Amino acid sequence: MSVEIRVASIDPIRQTFARTARRFGADKPASRYQEASFDLQPRDNFHYRPVWDPQRDIYDRRRTAIEMRDWDDFRDPRQYYYATYVLNRARMQEAAEKSFEFVDKHGLMATLSAAQVQDIETLLLPLRHLEWAANLNNCFISAYCFGSPMAQGAIYTTTDRLGIAQYLSRIGLLLDGNSGQSLTDAKARWLDDPAWQPLRRLTERSLVQKDWFELFVAQNLVLDSLIHPLLYAPFHSGVGDTGGAYLAMLTEFIKDWSADNQKWVDACLKIATAESPANRARLSAWTAEWKALALDALAPLAQRAAHLDGPERLAAAARALDQRIAKLGFEAA
Amino acid sequence: MNTQDTRRPAGKKLSLKEKYAQMTRGLGWDTSYEPMDQVFDQLGLEGIKIHDWDKWEDPFRLTMDAYWKYQAEKERKLYAVLDAFQQNNGHLNISDARYVNTLKLFFTGITPAEYNAHRLFAMLGRQFPGPGAAIACQMQAVDELRHVQTQIHSISQYNKYFNGLHDHTVMNDRLWYLSVPKSFFEDAISSGPFEQIIAISFALEYLLTNLVFMPFMSGAAYNGDMATVTFGFSSQSDEARHMTLGLECIKFVLEQDPGNAAIIQRYLDKWFWRGYKVLGLVSMMLDYMLPKKVMSWKEAWDIYFVQNGGSLFNDLSRYGLSMPKYWEQSVAEAEHLSHQTWNAFYNFSGAAAFHVWLPSDEDMAWLAEKYPNTFDQHYRPRIEHYRKLQAEGKRYYNPSLPMLCQTCQTPLIFTEMDDPTRTSHRQLEHDGDTYHFCSDGCRDIFAEQPDKYVSAWLPAHQILQGNCVEPGTEAAGDPGADALRYFHVVAGQDNLDYEGSPDEANWRRWKGLDKTTPAAAA
Ligand SMILES: [Fe+2]
Ligand SMILES: [Fe+2]
Repeated sequence: MSVEIRVASIDPIRQTFARTARRFGADKPASRYQEASFDLQPRDNFHYRPVWDPQRDIYDRRRTAIEMRDWDDFRDPRQYYYATYVLNRARMQEAAEKSFEFVDKHGLMATLSAAQVQDIETLLLPLRHLEWAANLNNCFISAYCFGSPMAQGAIYTTTDRLGIAQYLSRIGLLLDGNSGQSLTDAKARWLDDPAWQPLRRLTERSLVQKDWFELFVAQNLVLDSLIHPLLYAPFHSGVGDTGGAYLAMLTEFIKDWSADNQKWVDACLKIATAESPANRARLSAWTAEWKALALDALAPLAQRAAHLDGPERLAAAARALDQRIAKLGFEAA
Repeated sequence: MNTQDTRRPAGKKLSLKEKYAQMTRGLGWDTSYEPMDQVFDQLGLEGIKIHDWDKWEDPFRLTMDAYWKYQAEKERKLYAVLDAFQQNNGHLNISDARYVNTLKLFFTGITPAEYNAHRLFAMLGRQFPGPGAAIACQMQAVDELRHVQTQIHSISQYNKYFNGLHDHTVMNDRLWYLSVPKSFFEDAISSGPFEQIIAISFALEYLLTNLVFMPFMSGAAYNGDMATVTFGFSSQSDEARHMTLGLECIKFVLEQDPGNAAIIQRYLDKWFWRGYKVLGLVSMMLDYMLPKKVMSWKEAWDIYFVQNGGSLFNDLSRYGLSMPKYWEQSVAEAEHLSHQTWNAFYNFSGAAAFHVWLPSDEDMAWLAEKYPNTFDQHYRPRIEHYRKLQAEGKRYYNPSLPMLCQTCQTPLIFTEMDDPTRTSHRQLEHDGDTYHFCSDGCRDIFAEQPDKYVSAWLPAHQILQGNCVEPGTEAAGDPGADALRYFHVVAGQDNLDYEGSPDEANWRRWKGLDKTTPAAAA
């Protein structure tokens, strides 16, 4: 560092990149989130049609019925770019790790009552497969959506859902002393238990959905907003016998994640609704359709969780969903 | 399912590998309400046969919580260096402002490719039915986004002080020579999933990544660019994962069915040649653009392709794979590639977003030493001729638009290797039209999939057809000036010679070098 710097003589010749300046103004330095997130996806002069979708371009607005004048308008209120995303999740996982270590070290799973164990086995662990589907669905959105902000948000949700599936798996491994038996049983329930079949059927239906924005509504709005209050929330609140507090610790990541992710989901929906009456109608119709399907699919699980107020929870979740989307500017009708 | 039984440790504990398998591989299931070939509907496109996805060996066993933790640690360190770099005006510590032109090439050519890789791996992360393969691809999808963003944040400081970096995404979509890397990546991303992963994970990451990585990162280290060195090293541990994925993938596919080898060999032949043609840009960067040289292109090609690539293909020969077609030609061309590429940019520098210059006497002595068979004989005389013209105020520019190769999109500027005075030019008739190619390799690639390559967006053709006009503006009638505006290249600022450029003037001012301003470029 032998250079003698005379600060006055080295004013910058521009503040930021042209794409960032066009969006946020040229007169001030841009934030790292702004420079890293917007207008990155190729737009012009595509050379070849994809063999996997020969009617459209590699990146194509027409992969959803939603229309936007500016597909880069999907700003993330959390302002996540890669570094801030992994720093945030690293903090969350550090807390989760401490909880898992604590429960493991003190053998606290042994303090759970038989009823609590049964709840974990029959209501919680099969959700790892639902999380895997949610991972694939968000990966689909990241791959085939239009615009770099949406693709960015969706890939973070993709890896988040894998993380949640793995935390659920670890709860199972704590329970079965690392034999894996509880996970094998949970998979059998997901595949064959009559109470889980309607939800698996709906999940598989989401996996063949080709409109990525409809998938966003189905997975990230409707299914999440009903499943979290119905199946995750009973474990967050330390209900039941003595071990309840430990279950709250082990599922805290999922709870915190849900609140965090919802900020992004709501921002995207609010922006798309505000764009046009046509979008509003489309989002309303999709929400109504998937909400009806999901309520049917979840009814047997609500029954199974009757001792945890399952039916009441599901009804309350449906009302909360209506209120939530009303605030965002559309309705499930 | 007796609950009391599952609570008790049931005998055998899982090994780490089994535990990882439970936590990841066990997540997927065979769908029954919807057919599997609808859920994973791209697998049948290529004729590749996979009988058992469970045979996939996880190349690394990284759970998400560990990923977040390691990557956050890396980001903390990287951004601490970038913060210091900005606060201390680190850009003033580089060897010479000419060096920044290598960053311009990297940022407009490679960073947008990283973006495409982000989306390509998201596609693969959704398309592969085995969770092991899908998760490896998903992690790479988010890694590639990291690479895009850390490059943007490292270059951000340079963009504030140098020209040619300001509009990298639009330039990548439109600027003529950037259609070489753009078409390479779009060729990959528009393919079926197995070709996608062979193209990028194997041919690019495994075979050629050293040829991009080593020159740029060592070049940065030799030339005092702390920002680039730091993001380079920081992404190296990601790259190690990506290369392992590439190798695992190819072995998996080959072991699944004997019929796969012929398809994979075809992909390797194609993607080796596609990748090699993109590397022409790297060759001139190494030999002509680094103020402080690292190694010659020929040396790099010898080490990283001939030796390393050779031993890799040795390993793969047990699957019936052989060295990619025309690899010998790439070795023969190593004596010529950089000289001919730099010459082309010298001739067309009016339409480039970086600066060019003629090598100094010292540079030429280095080139003569590194290229004893070709430099003094063929290339020094031409450079000396350009020098003389420049001294007479008659700087040579090529006023025409070059013909482009229909496949790789490089201009037809390369010569036959046995006769450096004769341009290498191949042709093929298809549907009553004649198509032009730089090489046998590119002609063969076209012949395999003519319907794909006829649709290529060739910049030279588009300019001639009047299609390169900035949207929302009137054509000025001068196709050259219209095209520059369309490229978002600012005339007199981003293009032409380094001598006389605003970059040079600013650099001399910041560094307090002599105050005499050189004559403006022609
Ligand atoms: Fe990368
Ligand atoms: Fe070519």
